[in-house]
Amino acid sequence: MPVAVILAAAIIAWYALAVALNASGAIERVLGLRDAPWNWRDLVEATLSMQRPVLPAPHQVARDIGASLLDWPLDSPRNLLFHVGITAAATGVGFALGALLGLLLATLIVHSRTLDRALLPWIVASQTVPVLAIAPIVLVILGSLGVTGLAPKAVIAMYLCFFPVTVATVQGLRSPQRSETELMRTYAATRWQEFWLLRVPSSLPFLMPSLRVAVAAGLVGAMVAELPTGAQAGLGARLLTGSYYGNTVQIWSALVMAALLGLALTSAVGVLERLALRHRGR
Amino acid sequence: MNSSDPVAALAAGERPAQGPPPLRRAVEVQRASVVYPAADAPVHALREVDLNVDEGEFIALIGPSGCGKTTLLRVIADLEPITSGTVRVNGMSPREARLARAYGYVFQAPALFPWRTVLANVMLPLQIQRRPAATCKAIALEHLARVGLAGFERKYPWQLSGGMQQRVSIARALGFEPRILMMDEPFGALDEITRDRLNEQLQQLWQRERRTVLFVTHSIAEAAYLATRIVVMSPRPGRIVRIIDSPLPDERHLGLRDSPEFVAVAHALREALAEGHDDAGDE
Repeated sequence: MPVAVILAAAIIAWYALAVALNASGAIERVLGLRDAPWNWRDLVEATLSMQRPVLPAPHQVARDIGASLLDWPLDSPRNLLFHVGITAAATGVGFALGALLGLLLATLIVHSRTLDRALLPWIVASQTVPVLAIAPIVLVILGSLGVTGLAPKAVIAMYLCFFPVTVATVQGLRSPQRSETELMRTYAATRWQEFWLLRVPSSLPFLMPSLRVAVAAGLVGAMVAELPTGAQAGLGARLLTGSYYGNTVQIWSALVMAALLGLALTSAVGVLERLALRHRGR
Repeated sequence: MNSSDPVAALAAGERPAQGPPPLRRAVEVQRASVVYPAADAPVHALREVDLNVDEGEFIALIGPSGCGKTTLLRVIADLEPITSGTVRVNGMSPREARLARAYGYVFQAPALFPWRTVLANVMLPLQIQRRPAATCKAIALEHLARVGLAGFERKYPWQLSGGMQQRVSIARALGFEPRILMMDEPFGALDEITRDRLNEQLQQLWQRERRTVLFVTHSIAEAAYLATRIVVMSPRPGRIVRIIDSPLPDERHLGLRDSPEFVAVAHALREALAEGHDDAGDE
């Protein structure tokens, strides 16, 4: 119920904003060219159905998405789902690699003092460079090595995914209380046994939320990676072509699809989280 | 006659001066000290503590906070190093005893793993010892039944009360049948009624199995009810004030606590604690 209320409020606000922002353009390009005098109703009607609005109305975006999804076969570049699939694939691969890398780094950091001091500053520093700057460089380098297509995008998605996973897993692996680690000591457990039987299960409540953050970051990374490649395919590419041709409706369609994809991915990870933590109560 | 061979000596008719042949020494502590360096003055958690525990005894360590009773237990369990002196557990160093899994330890908090069922929690030390899965399960079920929790195998720790969680913790500590059981104020966080019931169950368990038990508490009634020998300690520096042999019979029940012998033991404990309190500060 509350979700529906907020959604309704957002859509109403969107309409109002569309009218407000498109008004000057509408007056200039549509209404001013008519001979007849115009009133408020004409203005609202005009602002909500412009060819190149500043802010497309929700129904314009919905119509564009619908047309794209239904009028074209799935493997056509004109179908948004085609682009969703491409971006989702790059995000998925990047997320999987990033999560694995994060887990590996966290395990190393927790088990070795030297690596802890050596790796952590570099890991943090790696995230301070904006991905928009790094992406073209990485793509050029990988392109010169002959690596194109999904791989470079997955690499950049991985670059953004691994950091939250590393930080959260380190915290999680270090979360067992003193009595629990001492308990393992009294059982003369090996380091590996302590890791597998105590630390890994203790880290899951920290790891799972970070996976949701990571998948959202990975999506951003994949889309940013699509921009410099000359807009070949994917949602980022659609955004770019939309802005090339001034087709704001297309931009917004791609945006909405990206948001929906992000929601779907985080929900999927949320299901994983619920499965992994189902017996812990509270 | 070569009297350096004790077995031959006994067989030849030489007997010790009094009493039956001595039982194996479970724990020997000689002049053990634990000193923590600190900014202003070092903290003597333990100073020159001597203690000998025979097999099958139930030893209670009692004293006010800071008297070193928990430190002594942790030193014997190889959870903390000693600064000087010697400690021997079953004839081995504490580290060797720990690696040989000679004892089970029960903490004040149950320290159960929330992602494991009750049964899986009790199976944990057995799994660490790499015993076959079916054996682990059978042993765990049996020990859960012994602490009165049959039927709770599939529950999770958060579904149990504090007393039940602590019983699971005890079942877990006993599962691999250690010769020595160390308990650090295991019932401290529970209410008195549950505490009484658990004391009775622990007593009956000890009756049946006669393991060596080292039990830290700050309750006079608990120490008097459970122990065959009570070690009274006092702080600053941590040391043993008195060791009291309990005259109470081995078979005990809760009604015993109103008997004159029990009251006498409790009285002696109280006096020893007061004596230690007066001495504290003579550093």
